[in-house]
Amino acid sequence: MIYKETGQFKSTYESDHSIFPLIQDKIAFNILMLVAFLVVPFFIDSYWEKAILIPFLIYSMAAIGLNILTGYCGQVSLGTGGFMAVGAFATYKIMTFFPELNIMIIVLLSGVITAFVGILFGLPSLRIKGFYLAVATLASQFFIIWLFNKVPWFYNYSDTGQITVSERTMFGVAVTGANAPPYATYLFCLILVVVLGFAAKNMIRSKIGRSWMAIRDMDIAAEIIGVPPLKTKLSAFAISSFYIGIAGSLYFAVYLGALEVTESFDIMAISFPVLFMIIIGGLGSMLGSFLGAAFIVLLPIFLKNVMVDLIGLSAVTAKHFEITIWGLLMVVFLILEPHGLARLWSIAKEKLRKWPFPY
Amino acid sequence: MSLAKIQSIPYGKEVIKIKNISLAFGGVKALTDVSFEVKKGEVFAIIGPNGAGKSSMLNVINGFYKPTSGQINFAGEDRKEMIPEFAAKSGIARTFQNIALFKGMSTLDNLMTGRLLKQKQNFLMQALYFGPVQKEEAYHRDKVERVIDFLDLQAIRRTPVGSLPYGLQKRVELGRALAMEPEILLLDEPMAGMNVEEKQDMSRFVLTANDEFKTTIVLIEHDMSVVMDISDRIVVLDYGKKIGEGKPSEILKNKAVIDAYLGVAD
Ligand SMILES: Nc1ncnc2c1ncn2[C@@H]1O[C@H](COP(=O)(O)OP(=O)(O)O)[C@@H](O)[C@H]1O
Ligand SMILES: [Mg+2]
Repeated sequence: MIYKETGQFKSTYESDHSIFPLIQDKIAFNILMLVAFLVVPFFIDSYWEKAILIPFLIYSMAAIGLNILTGYCGQVSLGTGGFMAVGAFATYKIMTFFPELNIMIIVLLSGVITAFVGILFGLPSLRIKGFYLAVATLASQFFIIWLFNKVPWFYNYSDTGQITVSERTMFGVAVTGANAPPYATYLFCLILVVVLGFAAKNMIRSKIGRSWMAIRDMDIAAEIIGVPPLKTKLSAFAISSFYIGIAGSLYFAVYLGALEVTESFDIMAISFPVLFMIIIGGLGSMLGSFLGAAFIVLLPIFLKNVMVDLIGLSAVTAKHFEITIWGLLMVVFLILEPHGLARLWSIAKEKLRKWPFPY
Repeated sequence: MSLAKIQSIPYGKEVIKIKNISLAFGGVKALTDVSFEVKKGEVFAIIGPNGAGKSSMLNVINGFYKPTSGQINFAGEDRKEMIPEFAAKSGIARTFQNIALFKGMSTLDNLMTGRLLKQKQNFLMQALYFGPVQKEEAYHRDKVERVIDFLDLQAIRRTPVGSLPYGLQKRVELGRALAMEPEILLLDEPMAGMNVEEKQDMSRFVLTANDEFKTTIVLIEHDMSVVMDISDRIVVLDYGKKIGEGKPSEILKNKAVIDAYLGVAD
């Protein structure tokens, strides 16, 4: 009876269509936000920052982006790493050209640039679907990485081919560079994820989101009720790439600080893990994007604690286990629960709702 | 705008004139030199045995198939072919023989997609989701709720349609078409696979839509008792050719029709 919803009647369509129709969810979310904004910043240290919270927030951003394209619009993409690289290099180049520009604007602009690149690489989706589209996005991934390696202009002709962030501040506090305090980088990422997370949810529950899902579920019928397939698919590519570009920008500027494109944005480093996140978290679910990101960040830490520290296996063996477990989980989820952790959560909620009177 | 043109046509006058339409897929002739007219406000039935070209005819009308030759006169203008988006914008809605719902979406969302063409807010406003967008959503939600009430879909509002039984899916598909507030409704075998009671419900919905909302209905149906009951006029196709046209009473007396169809099928 914790999740008791009887008695919660909605008197207007506006309130019935709110993001958290159940009061319990709304309260839980508000508490979470209070803790995230007002408690965590006081306690965060660099371990929590670098090992857990920042990667979680950045992966969540990327997962939201891919979920828009794949989970909501049904266009499978293996190009996430490439699009994140575009975001990272856009940030680097903008920083070079406009040293005075505010970091928040730089990050958002990087998203916009990636959105345009996304439209370009989304064009094949008008002709090809499913597996073939996945292969085409894989090709764009390879092309983008190759380009950033091949053209020295992108990394300002540095000898190593690396790009390195310079310090940028918000309200006098560094958020990029070696001197940025953990609370600042954390809050910077958190604000972006929360604001853009809401924006994504809003799009999904209105016209554009329904157009994406219509194309995903049955493109022929969508066309016949007047959803233009071309425009709709490209809008999904653009908006998805915007989120992924911002993830790439943060990954470079706030998280790593310096990187080399092949190593950081390889398909095994980004494209596949982010796809795993949305499959395990839940295709076509906002909550799933976050659950998947949390899962991928926490699983290695959990396994390291258990297998290396507790059982005493070598770190290499633990890594092998991790990969095996990922593979297993993917198969299990694809077969048994294609809607991922988000569905398991809603089933659990359903049970709580009825507890202790299951009938 | 052709929607306005259609609306200005008086009831009882032709809205669609099919003129000598032929359609071939490679060697297969799906339609051969078919002509007929649909008048505004009527229930018009297309009947004929399987493979006669009935579904193909609906696909030509809403632009999904491009005819090989012939013309479609729509709202007073001759066209070589229709275009799906244009057809939708001009007030033509349809359902499919093999249900074409958005299976992962709820009944409510499926019906809301029927309102997409009427929603004008851009995606940035939708991302912010304030004032005008909320208002627009609520306005269309209200329209959709009327369809939900009309078709008795309240209990399955939030259910993903993929998990609904067949008969209900057919009803939701009709709901999605009605949510478009169409001028012309193309129904491809809306009662196929239903039991008698479900067929009665469906006939009632179709007739009410025709009566109250003045929607012109073009219907494909195999159950002769239903067709004879609810249609004003009927065209009969066989092997892609028109073999008869007229009021139900006339069709029942038509020798060619009886030989080709009525005698054999039912
Ligand atoms: N997309 C298509 N490609 C090839 N042949 C088709 C296609 N659509 C219909 N046909 C053929 O056209 C003929 C008429 O089909 P259809 O219009 O579905 O008939 P009905 O709806 O009257 O049963 C059939 O022979 C069918 O095989
Ligand atoms: Mg048919």
